[in-house]
Amino acid sequence: MITRVTIYEDICKGCGLCTTACPKKILVMGNHMNSKGYHPVTIIDQNLCISCAMCARMCPDCAIKVEK
Amino acid sequence: MAEKILMKGNEALAEAAITAGCHYFFGYPITPQNEIPEYMSRRLPAVNGAFVQAESEVAAINMVYGAASAGVRCMTSSSSPGISLKQEGISYLVGAQLPCVIVNMMRGGPGLGTIQPSQGDYFQATKGGGHGDYKMLVLAPSTIQEMVDLTMEAFDLAEKYRNPVMILGDGMLGQMMEPVAIEQKAPAAYDKSWATTGTLGQRQHNVINSLFIQAEECEKHNDHLQEKFGQMEKNEVRYEIMHEDAEFFLVGYGTTARIERSVVNMARAEGLSVGLIRPITLFPFPTEAFEKVSKHAKGFLVVEMSAGQMVEDVRLSVNGRQPVTFHGRTGGMAPEPKQILADLKKLIEGVK
Amino acid sequence: MAVVFERPKSLTEVTTHYCPGCTHGIIHRLVAEVMDELDIAGNTIGIAPVGCSVFAYNYFTCDMVQAAHGRAPAIATGLKRALPDRIVFSYQGDGDLASIGTAEIVHAAHRGENITVIFVNNAIYGMTGGQMAPTSLIGQKTTTSPFGRQEAQTGKPIRMSEMLATLDSTALISRASVHNAANVIKTKKLIKQAFMAQQKGLGFSMVEILSTCPTNWGLSPIEALKWLEENLIPYYPLKDFKVPEEVK
Repeated sequence: MITRVTIYEDICKGCGLCTTACPKKILVMGNHMNSKGYHPVTIIDQNLCISCAMCARMCPDCAIKVEK
Repeated sequence: MAEKILMKGNEALAEAAITAGCHYFFGYPITPQNEIPEYMSRRLPAVNGAFVQAESEVAAINMVYGAASAGVRCMTSSSSPGISLKQEGISYLVGAQLPCVIVNMMRGGPGLGTIQPSQGDYFQATKGGGHGDYKMLVLAPSTIQEMVDLTMEAFDLAEKYRNPVMILGDGMLGQMMEPVAIEQKAPAAYDKSWATTGTLGQRQHNVINSLFIQAEECEKHNDHLQEKFGQMEKNEVRYEIMHEDAEFFLVGYGTTARIERSVVNMARAEGLSVGLIRPITLFPFPTEAFEKVSKHAKGFLVVEMSAGQMVEDVRLSVNGRQPVTFHGRTGGMAPEPKQILADLKKLIEGVK
Repeated sequence: MAVVFERPKSLTEVTTHYCPGCTHGIIHRLVAEVMDELDIAGNTIGIAPVGCSVFAYNYFTCDMVQAAHGRAPAIATGLKRALPDRIVFSYQGDGDLASIGTAEIVHAAHRGENITVIFVNNAIYGMTGGQMAPTSLIGQKTTTSPFGRQEAQTGKPIRMSEMLATLDSTALISRASVHNAANVIKTKKLIKQAFMAQQKGLGFSMVEILSTCPTNWGLSPIEALKWLEENLIPYYPLKDFKVPEEVK
């Protein structure tokens, strides 16, 4: 599996803005907690990612890296 | 007898002002006094007053200048950097002889500083951050009940002398909660025939002004103002002395005095002869308190949340008779009882 | 694998103090992306306001000056006059720019100072706990308009871009938003045009960016994006009031 989207879990504040931007709807808020007490976002299926980076553009914290 | 309610300092002050007949408030948000404008915005509509969140503290003090010219009880509040902005307005208010109340909940400085409490604006309040020869009554409460009582009195005093009165608090007093009783009291009535309310064709026009372009006129005006300040010095000095017969005295006001009370008790438990002198008016400064204890006092330790401002007035009052030492914290840090006690012991050892 | 998107170099590695979902984070990143693309971070001085973004001085890698509330355009003027070949930008909120700083912004604009202003408008005072801003909407409940902003008491909200665009000495004035990815992309383009206008010496540039404050609006970050779109945009239309040909 190619990792197209990397979530930096301990930077993510669980705001959910990225989930509104993904055209493939593969971003979902997780149930687990990061070291700061936030629930970071998770990727359902890397294979469906088209590397559009809309998620990273909506992220206020640079918690997402996108590769192609 | 009014009911006692648990209130936050800022809110108790606002409620006390309204109770004293102040229905006009002009202010701007700044931590740690935001609860004052917020409370006023909720309560003043109910008393048909006016609340304006001004565009800045400069605008706010000038709105006070306007409302005071209309003869109504009015008030502004801010914290250190905002009070700096108000200095021109304060000088104008004194020059124009306008009554009003100005509240400063001090925070750490200089500049943007910090949001934690300090006492770094003593010089600004008592020696004038504004220009010219002027004074205003500066009241320094140490409990929320005292803040309530002094705020209510401040409006009377402002009108009595036709001069601004400052309530000098700090972020801790503003944020803490204590039980207070706010007595319903009819505000004292003072002559307001000088106010600019419209001649209605029935009298000569009133002019609110601080410009006296002929130097001789300006000097006469200054003489009159100085006479008023002299009256304040004569009539309005307030202070508290704890254990007046003590040999050594801690000196402090506001939040610092609360901490010093603990230190007095700690010291006396160790058998040391220690008391507390707590100025309540910072202008006029209670020189007489130091004269009162002069015969038996052996030394004074002044504690302030600053690099040392009131200590200069203590030295002037003590006039070289006894040693005056200083313990201070800046930047919003609160002095610690153990460290004050250590410095107190150093003073006591030094005198022996 | 090629990197399509990652943290710009002109942002420090510091995790910001901003609330989850606060659009300051997006806007900071856009300014940093532009500084990267124009390769100007080493030649830039930014001015941080008083407000939630007071700590911007910790988040950009360029030199930063912290300004008294509202005074950033005056400080920018002093810096730019002293260092005309540097890029100078101020980053201000609606209290800083549209309340206490109205004199400073009007006069920097009217003098045609060759600076760039990033104006973050979220219609509320965030840092001090949610008081009314000059840009708060009629009916909007804040801690100093507890019954909702009333026109009879406090007038209608102020439109700074429209007002400043009437000044002849302004070169670029536009209003953008960050409520969805498409608008984030458009906003970045405008920020870049503004910095380019300064590089070309064209005069005063300002980009007003409609933003959210989930915490003080009492909404979740996603609800706040929607509130912005449905309530702020109708009153504050997204528009390029003035964009010089040279940067289009």
